[in-house]
Amino acid sequence: MPFGLLKYGLFPSRRVPRRIPPTPELKPSYDVVIIGGGGHGLAAAYYLATVHGITNVAVLEKGYLAGGNTARNTAIIRSNYLTPEGVRFYDESVRLYQGLSNELGFNIMYSERGHLTLAHTDAAVRTMRWRAEVNKHCGVNSELIFPNDIRKLAPSLNLSQDVRYPILAALHHPPGSIARHDAVAWGYAIGAARRGVEIHQQTEVTGLKREGNRIVAVETNRGTVACGKVLQAVAGSSTRLADMAGFRLPIKTVPLQACVSQPLKPFLDPIIVSGSLHAYISQSSRGELVMGGSTDPYSLYSTRSTLEFKETLMAHMLELFPFLSEVRLLRQWAGMADMTPDFSPVMGETPLANYYLDAGWGTWGFKATPVCGKRMAETVATGKAPDILHAFRLSRFEEFAQAGERGAASVGH
Amino acid sequence: MKTMTCPLNGVRNISEFVCGGEVRAMPDPASGTDAEWADYVFMENNKAGVVREWWCHTPTSFWFIAERDTVTDEVLRTYPAGDVFTARRDFDAPNEGGA
Ligand SMILES: Cc1cc2nc3c(=O)[nH]c(=O)nc-3n(C[C@H](O)[C@H](O)[C@H](O)COP(=O)(O)OP(=O)(O)OC[C@H]3O[C@@H](n4cnc5c(N)ncnc54)[C@H](O)[C@@H]3O)c2cc1C
Repeated sequence: MPFGLLKYGLFPSRRVPRRIPPTPELKPSYDVVIIGGGGHGLAAAYYLATVHGITNVAVLEKGYLAGGNTARNTAIIRSNYLTPEGVRFYDESVRLYQGLSNELGFNIMYSERGHLTLAHTDAAVRTMRWRAEVNKHCGVNSELIFPNDIRKLAPSLNLSQDVRYPILAALHHPPGSIARHDAVAWGYAIGAARRGVEIHQQTEVTGLKREGNRIVAVETNRGTVACGKVLQAVAGSSTRLADMAGFRLPIKTVPLQACVSQPLKPFLDPIIVSGSLHAYISQSSRGELVMGGSTDPYSLYSTRSTLEFKETLMAHMLELFPFLSEVRLLRQWAGMADMTPDFSPVMGETPLANYYLDAGWGTWGFKATPVCGKRMAETVATGKAPDILHAFRLSRFEEFAQAGERGAASVGH
Repeated sequence: MKTMTCPLNGVRNISEFVCGGEVRAMPDPASGTDAEWADYVFMENNKAGVVREWWCHTPTSFWFIAERDTVTDEVLRTYPAGDVFTARRDFDAPNEGGA
C-alpha cells in the first residue's frame, strides 16, 4: 500500500471541511422561507439561488437535515408513468438526475439499472402495454417484454409457470435508476449554503401569521421571522401546515414501510416491481437487497414497523426469489407518506397569495426531487406555476380533473 | 394495533378489517353544490389525534364505526353504525346533516 496514503489517514491534523454550515441565528426576516429541509425543500433553495439569484432564503427543518422521507425512501428513479402529464414531468426529473452529480459537484451515486414491472394477469399486461405506448409517445424508453427477454435481464428471477401468480410479461424501462438518497439532499444543501441560503436544523414551524390573503410571518420554536414568500415542502406533515395556513388538502398521511437484507454479492441488476404481488426489490451498491411494497392499510402519524408488513411482503418475495429464504433482514423502517386520491402530487399556488405548496408526494417523490426543486423555485420566484405543473394544481379536485396515476404508482414507487 | 373488536364478531386480527374513511356529514343529495361534493369526496381532515371512522369486517361484510388515535395507533372504541345513524336516509327529503 502506498505509504503516503497511510500517512494521510493517520495524520491527526487532517480535517474534513464542514460543507453544510452549523445552524446560524435566525434573522428577523427573509425574502423566502422554505418549510421542510428534505430533498424537495433543499432543491428548491438551490435553484432559487442558482437560477433566480434569490439568496435571502431560510430553510427551516424541525429535525435533522433530510431526516424525513428523503432518508427513508428506496431511491427508485423512473419516468414510466401512465398519464402524458405525469410522464413529461417525471422525464424532466430523470434528465436532471442524469446530470446531477456534475451539476452539484457531488457524487450522488446515480446507477442506471433498468426497471421491470411484472405483469401476472391479463389486466396487468394491458396496463403495461398502455404505459409502454404512452411512454413511447412522450419520447420515454419503455417496452413490453415477455419471459424469454425477462430471463436475460434477471436470470435469478423465478419464471416458473408452476407458481400461484406466474409472470406473463413485464414493462421494461431501461432508464430506471437508483441513487444515494442522502447524497442528493446533501449535494443540494451544500450548493445552496455556498450561495448564501441559511439552513436551520432543529427549527420547527409552530404557527403562521396571516394578514388578509398573505402569510406575513412564520413562528418557530426558535422565534418568529417575517417572510416575503413561503414554500411548504413537509411531506407527511402537509395537512398540519395547511391547517396552520388555513386551507384544506386532499391528503391522507399513511405509513410506508421498507426493509433491507444483509449484504450479498452483486447478482441483481434491474429494479424489479410487482404491482399484483405488492412487492419490489433492488440491490444497492452495498449489496443489500432493498425491499418494500404498498402503503399500510390505514392512516397513521407514526413511523413504527409491523410484522404484518414483513409477513405479506416476504410471502410474495419468496415466490419471485425462492433462494432468499436463507437470507436475513438487517434493518426495517417506515416513513409518513402524504397520499392523494389520484396518486399525483399537489403543487403550485394555494388560496393564499404568497404561499406555495409542494405536497402529495406520497410514496413516489424521491425521483421528483430535482424537477420539484427547479419548478417550485420558478413558481416562488415568478409567483406563477409553470405549465408543466398545471395538471397537479390543488384546484383540480374542485374541477373534478384528477391526474390518475394509481396504475403506475401504487406499488412501484 | 394488531387486533380490533368487531361489534358483531368480537376480537379479530387487524388484517380482517378495512378502513372506509372518516365519518363525515354527506352533502344534501338534492341541493349539494359541486364544491360541497368535491370537498366531501376528495378533501381529508387527516387529523393527528382521535378520529371517528367507518371500518368493515371483510369476511362478514359488517360495517361499523371505530374511534381511533392516529398518533398512538390505538383503537379506543368500536360500535355498530346504528348507534349513530338512527333513521334511514330519505334521499328525497332535505338533508339533516347526517351523523
Ligand atoms: C419507505 C419509503 C420508500 C419510498 N420509496 C420511494 C422510491 O423508491 N422512489 C421515489 O421516488 N419515492 C419514494 N418514496 C417517497 C419519497 O421518499 C418522498 O416522496 C420524498 O422523499 C419527499 O421528499 P420531501 O423533501 O418532500 O419530504 P421529506 O424528506 O419528508 O422532508 C420534509 C421535511 O419537513 C420537515 N418538517 C415537517 N414538519 C415540519 C415543521 N412543522 N417545521 C419544520 N420542518 C418540518 C420534516 O422533518 C422533513 O425533514 C418513498 C417513501 C418511503 C417512506
